[in-house]
Amino acid sequence: MEELVNIFVRSIFIDNVVFAYFLGMCSYLAVSRTVSTAHGLGMAVVFVLGITVPINYLIENYFLQKGALSWLSPAFENVDLSFLSFIMFIAVIASMVQLVEMAVEKLSPKLYTSLGIFLPLIAVNCAILGGSLFMQEREYGTIAEAASFGVGSGVGFYLAIVGIAAIREKIKYSNIPGPLRGLGITFIIAGLMGMAFMSFMGIEL
Amino acid sequence: MSQTEQQEKEPLFSFRNVKLLTTPLDDENPITVLVLGICSALAVTVMLQPAVVLTISVICVMGLANVIVSLLRNTIPSRIRIIVQLVVIASLVILVDQILKAFLYDVSRQLSVFVGLIITNCIIMGRLEAFALSNKVWPSFLDGVGNAAGYGIILVIVAFIRELFGSGTVYGYPVMERLGVYELGYEDNGFMILPPMALITVGVIIWVQRARNRKLIESSPS
Repeated sequence: MEELVNIFVRSIFIDNVVFAYFLGMCSYLAVSRTVSTAHGLGMAVVFVLGITVPINYLIENYFLQKGALSWLSPAFENVDLSFLSFIMFIAVIASMVQLVEMAVEKLSPKLYTSLGIFLPLIAVNCAILGGSLFMQEREYGTIAEAASFGVGSGVGFYLAIVGIAAIREKIKYSNIPGPLRGLGITFIIAGLMGMAFMSFMGIEL
Repeated sequence: MSQTEQQEKEPLFSFRNVKLLTTPLDDENPITVLVLGICSALAVTVMLQPAVVLTISVICVMGLANVIVSLLRNTIPSRIRIIVQLVVIASLVILVDQILKAFLYDVSRQLSVFVGLIITNCIIMGRLEAFALSNKVWPSFLDGVGNAAGYGIILVIVAFIRELFGSGTVYGYPVMERLGVYELGYEDNGFMILPPMALITVGVIIWVQRARNRKLIESSPS
């Protein structure tokens, strides 16, 4: 249990997907003009990461890894399919996003309209694929750990995007030099936020 | 671009085709103007070598993906086009990944997950959607290579700045040491290696580019 909380807190603050690994940067900069859209995208990312990382964990451990197929028959002891992981992960993500979209549309039309275009776009958000790839690289022990890493990364992204959206709403009223307006200043603000997040670095949990 | 004449048969490097190759380098740079493909651009720019390797990989994947999708453009049903594009890109990326693992193992370790993340690099998807799906093979190829090169230029500039000031080397060659500035009391700025400085460096590059090319300035604040 303690281990799960550790992974969760780590992935939110210390290994924040946006500031430590620059994942999901495109949507982070493009969809952070107002807090409400940032909130919608953030929720969608938490949702999809929380679902796809555990599923990809199962696929990784029962199909792709070396010797993972031995539960089928001992003859597959030496089969190593890990070179297929990119294509499997992206297929899982794309189909899960489609499924989640349909489920949300049926179960909660209100949430569906508020998420709007962001749900389908998430299929090509690097934070989602990056979550699965980091899960593979760090070799988590149990599915619960993988799930807590997935949800934690999502929450980290949510915090980062809502934070910068709030700053950008305020900055509309400041007088910024022409060439720096818009994208330029957003990059610099993101850099400053990254420095703030770096103060969590080195904390041992 | 309006003065280009429509010809029956265009030469291979007509004005319009060269334009496809050069506009992404400045006016429509994927990173600094269109805000595409930033994730990988920032993460691999601590050193010049991984940045160069990633640039070459992206140029290969993007040129080929554009060609393949452009060849298939009349047979792909529009409902499932995203997944078809993802499959094309993912197969090419697997090829690149295996080649890197075989011949450049050290660099491939350094790049870690970012080779895989070429799949979700939004430039590639974006150009496939916007260009390759509705254009002939040769212009699509040029467009792909041009955009990947525009992406690569920013990558290499950022990596050059960060490596020079962060570790005092250029492509592994100890420039600062050879210049003898350490004896004068110069010290490497360790902060340049850390992630936030990548963002700020790109921010400053955007500033410089837009100050030079004033038509890119955004009219409404934020």
